[in-house]
Amino acid sequence: MAKAETMTEANTTPRYSSWVLSALTDRTSVSVLGAIGALAIACVLLNQLPESSAFHVPTYMISLFGKYLCYAVLALSVDLVWGYCGILSLGHGAFFALGGYAMGMYLMRQIGDRGVYGHPILPDFMVFLNWEELPWYWYGFDFFPFAMLMVVVAPGALAFVFGWFAFRSRVTGVYLSIITQAMTYALMLAFFQNDMGFGGNNGLTDFKDLMGFDLRSDGVRNWLFLSSAATLAIGYILCRLVTTSRMGKVLIAIRDAESRARFLGYRVEYYKLFVFTLSAMLAGVAGALYVPQVGIINPGEFAPLISIEIVIWVALGGRGYLYGAIVGALVVNIAKSYFTVAFPEIWLFFLGGLFVLVTLFMPRGIVGLVGETIGSAYGSMKGSARRRAEAMGGADD
Amino acid sequence: MTNRKGVTPHEAAKVADGSMLYLDGVTVSFDGFKALNSLSMIIKPGEMRAIIGPNGAGKTTMMDVITGKTRPDLGDVLFDGGVDLTKHDEAAIASMGIGRKFQKPTVFESHSVYDNLILALKQNRTARATLFAMTGKADEDRINELLELTRLTAQRDLLAANLSHGQKQWLEIGMLLAQDPRLLLVDEPAAGMTDAETAETAVLLKEIAKSHSVVVVEHDMDFVRDLDVRVTVLHEGSVLAEGTLDQVSSNDRVIEVYLGR
Repeated sequence: MAKAETMTEANTTPRYSSWVLSALTDRTSVSVLGAIGALAIACVLLNQLPESSAFHVPTYMISLFGKYLCYAVLALSVDLVWGYCGILSLGHGAFFALGGYAMGMYLMRQIGDRGVYGHPILPDFMVFLNWEELPWYWYGFDFFPFAMLMVVVAPGALAFVFGWFAFRSRVTGVYLSIITQAMTYALMLAFFQNDMGFGGNNGLTDFKDLMGFDLRSDGVRNWLFLSSAATLAIGYILCRLVTTSRMGKVLIAIRDAESRARFLGYRVEYYKLFVFTLSAMLAGVAGALYVPQVGIINPGEFAPLISIEIVIWVALGGRGYLYGAIVGALVVNIAKSYFTVAFPEIWLFFLGGLFVLVTLFMPRGIVGLVGETIGSAYGSMKGSARRRAEAMGGADD
Repeated sequence: MTNRKGVTPHEAAKVADGSMLYLDGVTVSFDGFKALNSLSMIIKPGEMRAIIGPNGAGKTTMMDVITGKTRPDLGDVLFDGGVDLTKHDEAAIASMGIGRKFQKPTVFESHSVYDNLILALKQNRTARATLFAMTGKADEDRINELLELTRLTAQRDLLAANLSHGQKQWLEIGMLLAQDPRLLLVDEPAAGMTDAETAETAVLLKEIAKSHSVVVVEHDMDFVRDLDVRVTVLHEGSVLAEGTLDQVSSNDRVIEVYLGR
């Protein structure tokens, strides 16, 4: 595949259309996008069957799948920074949660005067806390486009400011991972405070409508599910465009030998800042679609453990392959849904064991193993190169 | 920054006029240990200079200072007769036209040889520019030229990780050239090479020196003899001797340092 890419580059004059076209139509992209589309449409169609049918997919399952798709988008965003640029973020749950809170605030405002206390403006928890008026940062969230803007702006701004300081100070490797954990942990503590005005411990819930449509109706549930699938497809295309551009090559160069890239004249901190911010925005969108489908957002989403779990999905699926991240998120979460019901007490051991096994025996994850088994020569070359590059460490002598 | 004699960069710039690289009184200490101790040196445009010296003489620290990785405590580092390098970072200095080859060959192992060269090509290095960068005919031609020069044409689509040690060294030199630098800093290019490869590397460097200023740090005396250029001997962070290889190797102080007292 890579060979074919360089061939076309060699024989044609520079064209942006060829870049965009190949990101959309090369074999990998077509398979991934086709699979997402086919699964999404199949689920929605099977939902339309009468309930007596053996193939009927109940609506609660549709929302469950929708949740998985949101996780897949989140995994994609982590893979973009970790798999391609070597930034091991253990705080991506924070960006996901911020996007979720932005959507949650919109949904709270949609409740209007139908809350338990029947206040025309204030959400229930504010009435309960004896607040007199809406805090300023809640302004505008009754307006859907503004709320959607905040879904990307809030996580994007946090990532930009955080990244600006971290990357300029050249914080890398495990130190960066630790401060991303600290970031999400600090946010969790902050959002637990009632005074913050985000519902404290209970978070935001009891949602009723989305753009005036009943959230519990089958139609809205199907649309949310389809929107999640579409977001996954668009997120994939976006990441694919970045990773197949020359910038994508620079990112991999930074991952493999950061100081070499610096001595070639690349401003490593700006590249990192760009992907980190882009990735945070993508995570925010995932969070925004997640919240109406699960019906609640609370500070628990900021828990450091959740962010670590996301990294496990990516590692398990195949770091450095965009579709690997998607596969990882889906496999782990489907397994989680099954195990937490069937054997609730062993789930965490299972997850931990899975991670150890993957790290030891499948360093390139599920898709890497599948690729190897098929005998893709190019794939195995790439894998050994990556392992060697990692073993080598930095570029310093 | 003023140096120890109180000469301002402006005055130093006059002295540095017409030089490619001008180091004056450069001192770097790490926890009290002086890695460079008032090092002074001038490289003229188009000159190739070999730098030798025992371990710990300050060769790598000197490279770090020139490329912006380490800031000197004292002294002037001027490029192209007047640009104060101590005020810029690695990326800015690389863009000015100073290329560096590391001691251990450092190429991007999960990229093909071709992609390694593409990344090194002189181009707009901003994130926005690379996101939309397309490879044109001129770039192709330049890469093919470099592949030819570094004898890597057959390995064009091979991952850099799969190259032999010597080929990686050459690829890194190729990447240096792709940047089209005015000054090349080459750290031990012959380390770990076979005799045949070492000889070929000397030929390659001499070819490069025809159109660039080159500073070569090297341990291998035969290799330095092959290069046949002016030699600077470093010892404990300052210049011990300078001259042709024959001159410096007959210098009593140099013999003392190399053979022990």
